[in-house]
Amino acid sequence: MTQTALTSAPEPGSLPVGPTPAGKRFRGLRRFLAPIRQAHGMPKAMLWTGGIITALLALTAILAPLIAPYSFDAYQSGGHQFPKQGHPSGTHLFGTTVQNFDVLSRVVYGARTALEVMILAVVFSLILGVLLGLLAGYLGGWLDRILVLVMDALFAFPYLLLAIVAGFMLSGIIGGGVVTAALSITIVYIPQYFRVVRSSALSAREQVYVEAARAMGAKPSTIVRKYLFGNVIQSVPVIATMNAGDAISTLAGLGFLGLGIQPTEAAEWGYDLQRAIDDVNSGMWWTALYPGLAIVLAILGFTLLGEGLNDVYNPTIRRRRIIRAVLPVPTARKRLHEAAGNGGGTGSTTGDNGKAGTTSETGTTPEEGDGQ
Amino acid sequence: MPTKPDTAAASTARDGAEAGEPLIEIEDLKVHFGLGGGGLSRLTGRGAGTVKAVDGVDLTLRKGEVLGLVGESGSGKTTLGRTLLGLNRPTGGHIRYRGLDLAGLSERRMRPMRRELQMVFQDPHASLNPVMDIRTAVGHPLEIHGLAASEEERDAKVVEALERVGLHPAEQFLDKYPSDLSGGQKQRAVLARAIIADPRLLVADEPISMLDMSVRAKILQLMLDLRDDLGLTFVYVTHDLASAKYFCDRIAIMYLGRIVELGTTDEVFAEPRHPYTRALLAAIPEPDPERAVTRNLPRGEVPDAARPPAGCSFHPRCAAALSACGWEARDLRTYLERRWLTLEPDDWARERDLLGDLTGLDTPGLLEAVLRPGRGGTAEDVLALLERLREEDADGEAPEPFWRGVTALELRDGAVRLAFAEPADPRLLPVAGAGTTVACHLHDPARSAAVPPQTPASA
Repeated sequence: MTQTALTSAPEPGSLPVGPTPAGKRFRGLRRFLAPIRQAHGMPKAMLWTGGIITALLALTAILAPLIAPYSFDAYQSGGHQFPKQGHPSGTHLFGTTVQNFDVLSRVVYGARTALEVMILAVVFSLILGVLLGLLAGYLGGWLDRILVLVMDALFAFPYLLLAIVAGFMLSGIIGGGVVTAALSITIVYIPQYFRVVRSSALSAREQVYVEAARAMGAKPSTIVRKYLFGNVIQSVPVIATMNAGDAISTLAGLGFLGLGIQPTEAAEWGYDLQRAIDDVNSGMWWTALYPGLAIVLAILGFTLLGEGLNDVYNPTIRRRRIIRAVLPVPTARKRLHEAAGNGGGTGSTTGDNGKAGTTSETGTTPEEGDGQ
Repeated sequence: MPTKPDTAAASTARDGAEAGEPLIEIEDLKVHFGLGGGGLSRLTGRGAGTVKAVDGVDLTLRKGEVLGLVGESGSGKTTLGRTLLGLNRPTGGHIRYRGLDLAGLSERRMRPMRRELQMVFQDPHASLNPVMDIRTAVGHPLEIHGLAASEEERDAKVVEALERVGLHPAEQFLDKYPSDLSGGQKQRAVLARAIIADPRLLVADEPISMLDMSVRAKILQLMLDLRDDLGLTFVYVTHDLASAKYFCDRIAIMYLGRIVELGTTDEVFAEPRHPYTRALLAAIPEPDPERAVTRNLPRGEVPDAARPPAGCSFHPRCAAALSACGWEARDLRTYLERRWLTLEPDDWARERDLLGDLTGLDTPGLLEAVLRPGRGGTAEDVLALLERLREEDADGEAPEPFWRGVTALELRDGAVRLAFAEPADPRLLPVAGAGTTVACHLHDPARSAAVPPQTPASA
């Protein structure tokens, strides 16, 4: 009992004796976010730049109807038809296209499409890839062999080619739209999640805590949910953010080839770029520049965010900062005083005395006078 | 914790438990693992043989006792402990527990039994899920077996279990993760997880070997307290005889998958019967420099478990082996090679040339060895060399037991032929006038009537 009193008495505030429900709930999240708060240097810069660009993109996408002056498929306003291939002007800041669309509105609404497709594709491939990877890694056997074979086959294709084939097949079945584009990109990214999750599930399954769970009487489904999932999922957020940038470029590639989203359904940067090719030859820069710039910015934002997260979370890359110990100034001065006083008396510490003299000359002489 | 604690006080207090009724009866338990072999044998689909990790173990666990399974690495002690809980599938035999044979149960039917049979692993850090807080981890057995109706009830039980294992105030530990705890605290948390579902049997697989010396005695004492308070039965798997002496009521010494000696801790330590037990006891470090004990350690290493020696597995390392202990052609090669280590290079080269190729002797189970002379001489020379060796070894300080197994040494068809005595497996037999059982021909009255039982090595 004495031990209890000793440990609890001196620091009752520092230990969460009765945590609030909210504190309990966000504990795991805080553990997850701790490395981000400790980031510094290059990873920190990448995280912040990527984060800000991504946040701006998300804001633009969400607030598209408020930001864009016209709808993405509007070619007239108030009975006035827009000029065809019009120069950037007061009414059309980024000019108009060959189809009389307003470029600014297309670019702004394009952010919405990109984000929708990106989120759907990442979520679909994440769910499928993690699930299949967990099953293959934990169960092994013939299921694992077949899945690995299929995934390796998918991996062997150039990713754009695979997306084109998938997009082609899917558009025949469910028509061209946001979901079709997302699904064809999903297929490209499933193998990435599958591989990472499978290999970490393979190693986690041999851990003693999985054996211990079995010894407790846990069912295989419980083991997968409670013991494997939490340990396997940790590398997935990083892949997800890296894939997000990739997904946008794949979507643009599909759109450029005319296999993505139909122009009447949503604004899509890749499609706009493709329509702008002829304009560039006749000296009209605005129809190609703005969608292209948007693609570059979006990919840059997500890639920086992903790389930053990778640097922060990947233990093989992460470096712990060494913080230089700085002695507080008053303490240092006091020691100098003592050294000077003792050194003079004994005569044995001449070296110290001399050093103390030089340092006090450089900076602290006026304060010394004040102190005395 | 002293290296060799005095157990007199502790054991008298525990004598009452020894009359307990049987909890688990193990009968002729066998666990054999198939070997994968090399790439070629895997391609052709043939295995490279089997390892008999546990090979015919009979054992009765009594309620409330602490049974120690002691042996070197590879003796099968951990496998036996894991098989008790159904974590390994036995290849043969029975484990009878409350009218059920656990050996034949499917994984699905085994699961409910695991509430009563729990395990504590060697590495406390690895046996806790790193992403699960202590509240969830310790309470998980309750959830698995549906023992807590509500979250409040579960939390209350978790707090109780944590206090029980000495983690107090328990509320401080509930929201911590394994990485926040020290090694001793983690092992306490693992123990809390093991006892929370109110088990009957706890298999502790070297629970203290990864802990600091200062924490070991505390954890052992905690396990003893748990046994007394909760009526637990322990199987304590270890290679550390000193801790087994402190902790166990009975000790089973294992060697290459078999129990070679089984008895109460006091008896095994006071009068070890099996030569292997004697060797193990002699290997306990003695902190007193004045009392240097003669280290009568067994020669050589633990043999390859995939090709165990015939007869008594310990005979190649045993100084007191008899003719029936299982001598065979392989032992001739080991004997010659051990002798060559002591020779001058010239003498060694001469003998090696004379004896030629010995690889033919390696097949297990050969009761007849045929030595064809090499380039360096004739069969007569080989016979003369072996006979000279036999003479020399018989006269020496320590008689070489190998020659006791040789029944014939003769010339035949231009080669030297050695015949060995028929091997016999030693069975676990009770020792007259003592509570221990020993699997050794030295203590089999039918065999060793002529040979007087040896005094313990330390005497």
